[in-house]
Amino acid sequence: MTTKLLAGRTLEVDAEGYLLHSTEWNEEIAKAVALEEGLPELGEGHWKVIYFMRRAFAEKGDGPSIRQLTKESGVDTKALYQLFPKGPAKKAAKIAGIPKPYGCI
Amino acid sequence: MPIKCPVAPLEFAFLADHYFSKRGLRNKVDIHYVTPLPGAFTRPKASQMLGGMLDQKGIRLTADFGIGQIDNERKLIVSWDEQELPFDLLVTIPTHKGDAAIERSGLGDELAFFPTDKHTLQSSNYPNVFALGDATDLPASKAGSVAHFESDILTENLLQAMAGKPLTASFDGHANCFIEAGYDRGLLIDFNYDTEPLPGKFPFAGVGPLELLAESRLNYLGKLAFRWAYWNMLLTGRDMPFVASHLSLAGKYLN
Repeated sequence: MTTKLLAGRTLEVDAEGYLLHSTEWNEEIAKAVALEEGLPELGEGHWKVIYFMRRAFAEKGDGPSIRQLTKESGVDTKALYQLFPKGPAKKAAKIAGIPKPYGCI
Repeated sequence: MPIKCPVAPLEFAFLADHYFSKRGLRNKVDIHYVTPLPGAFTRPKASQMLGGMLDQKGIRLTADFGIGQIDNERKLIVSWDEQELPFDLLVTIPTHKGDAAIERSGLGDELAFFPTDKHTLQSSNYPNVFALGDATDLPASKAGSVAHFESDILTENLLQAMAGKPLTASFDGHANCFIEAGYDRGLLIDFNYDTEPLPGKFPFAGVGPLELLAESRLNYLGKLAFRWAYWNMLLTGRDMPFVASHLSLAGKYLN
């Protein structure tokens, strides 16, 4: 089992650094992970996406795909990539403390 | 995006490398493999192995690139986060979605795939509907082998549902794919929801004769032999010998 020190707490994470227990998440942890992912500031748009991801995960048991994100969160693809460059679904899931979306195999 | 079978574009790149080498043009052709995935494949060990093969063959790899637009005038692909890459000849596919009929019916998800229980293959919403293959939203490859293995599970569960019994057959996400490597060589990968493609021997532990997650001439011959098996065994409803619906860990090197 891999553990990681985030925002002063030791948390269980998977091999790629995704939290194993999404219930242990809080906003301080989100900020710490975001910093590691190259996002020093989390603005309103980021939090909107992060909380959308957490809600979707709580309801469906899987993180939303980019397509679901853009269809349902009200943030369009372009904006999503500006908020979370490279892989928005993967990156936002990591910061939101939910497992890596299993969308592609 | 998302890519539902990451093997297919890799095969294209490997075969293109072989083709241009045979034509004596390879030193004049720059092959660039651009993918929205974080690497050459979705799971770590295979991603490392296949990424290494791209490197060895002199094929450039750009990962995490989600194409947002194609600028035909300037001959560029532009990602959603505004990286640009030049091309002379672009080979790409539109977003992989489910069938238009599923979309029209309102039964599909946001990509027109049919929400299905990943183990029982029963519809997530309608107990009297079962689904398999490319129509489903399962987190498995959209591959023939997957549909094939699913069919055993689906048949069993469908019969149980019709008899009013609980569903006991469970699909494990098993996929088994040959990968063309070019130069008459091939790879074989065997994996499921929980076990990523691992090196080893297949179908007989320790013996093979096929190699898992490694390039060999025999794997390529296996692929050619499968053409015959496909038409004469699979389509005629006979069982594939030595290949079970559920993944076997025998013969795989776990670490």
